[in-house]
Amino acid sequence: MKDNFEPKIIGFMCKWCTYAAADLAGVSRLQYPPNIVPIRLMCSGGLEPSYILKALMEGADGVFIGGCHFGDCHYQTGNYQTNKRMAILQRLLEEMGIDKRRVRLEWISAAEGAKFARTINEFVQEITKLGPNPLKKEA
Amino acid sequence: MAKPKVAIYWCASCGGCEEAVVDLAEDILKVVETVDIVLWPVALDFKYKDIEAMPDKSILVSFINGSVRNSEQEHIVKLLRQKSQLVVAFGACAHLGGIPGLANIANRKEIFETAYKLTHTTANPKGVYPQLVTEIPQGKLTLPEFYDTVKSLDQTIDVDYYLPGCAPPPDLIMKGIQTLLSGNLPPKGTVIASEKSLCETCPRNKTKPDKMVIKEIKRISEVIADPEKCFLAEGIICVGPATRGGCGERCINANVPCRGCFGPTKEVVDQGAKFLSALASIIDANTDEEVKKITDMIIDPIGLFYMYSLPTSILRRKQGV
Repeated sequence: MKDNFEPKIIGFMCKWCTYAAADLAGVSRLQYPPNIVPIRLMCSGGLEPSYILKALMEGADGVFIGGCHFGDCHYQTGNYQTNKRMAILQRLLEEMGIDKRRVRLEWISAAEGAKFARTINEFVQEITKLGPNPLKKEA
Repeated sequence: MAKPKVAIYWCASCGGCEEAVVDLAEDILKVVETVDIVLWPVALDFKYKDIEAMPDKSILVSFINGSVRNSEQEHIVKLLRQKSQLVVAFGACAHLGGIPGLANIANRKEIFETAYKLTHTTANPKGVYPQLVTEIPQGKLTLPEFYDTVKSLDQTIDVDYYLPGCAPPPDLIMKGIQTLLSGNLPPKGTVIASEKSLCETCPRNKTKPDKMVIKEIKRISEVIADPEKCFLAEGIICVGPATRGGCGERCINANVPCRGCFGPTKEVVDQGAKFLSALASIIDANTDEEVKKITDMIIDPIGLFYMYSLPTSILRRKQGV
């Protein structure tokens, strides 16, 4: 089973930057693995930490969060909030016995289609190495 | 007409909820006049077999406090569910899992080792440990089985209403009892308290600055808190923004920040995650170094964010133990 493990990754992406970068990667015909399920948010700052916990609890092997570079937030400070929340959440995950590498935060602008494809490639490789989420219930 | 029957039962709890019933003071006489108590292990001598002999649904309401963590508790709450028309989760442990729920960061084996072997105050040279069954000449002695994971009441049986708090304040208890006896029942699942967060009614709310920013996080034990000012604005962690109000601000008035015993408001699933989000937003840090410096000042995030609600949070317990 583990030999052909295909990770399932939930991606929460800001519509102004990372989601647009994913579109750019698409129209530029860049290759990246299809393991990510993108969910568009108005801002990474609108992402409730409980969504991440729920995704992990329901068996997502990884959670990817994409926001704008510092200073670029369409709403001024949303990404700063995300950064602080993720810092605390990562500590919480560690204490709760969940590998914090399963949750990755990246800043990718709308112009960085190549960075998006590269990041997803790396993340899928890393999660494949980590193996399936132990919280996943057998289907 | 026979008086309505009421049962009061305790599971994994400290006895504070029983104390809260007694704290009704003279009001308890009014309650006892109108109802017939059929089970209350802490105060009155009734046997489980008396309950077993009763017809189903013959108890009007069972008030059950404490979380569920062993086989006896599970058995009795299932029995009470069968015999009762209504079940009320009484207090934070039954409602959310409570402080015993923090045991979910460990498991049965770790708890057993700590309690019976590892603590400095344990002297047990003969290695006597509790067993599920012990044979003695007079017959068999049994103990309930201790579970790995602590559960809230509604993770074990169907629950009709919740009386939150550690322990629930007397005015809410009276309100709850009167509502249930009146027959004019609120919708199932109602938490008998405010629908708004504690900050709505907090007397310190007016001192809250327009823009709340904190540069450091302090522990209440390390500072002398100003008796007027918003705790969070002073950098002292107070879970009020993520906690349901209605408690009468007992802790705040004693100059102690909220720890969240009333649980989240109706719209929120995970009290700890919601509070994490709120706390992060007021931290004044822009660079990764600043963020790390301030967030490292949070000692014991699980104990702070989920002091009463770990078993009913999304993650429910520490994973992999």
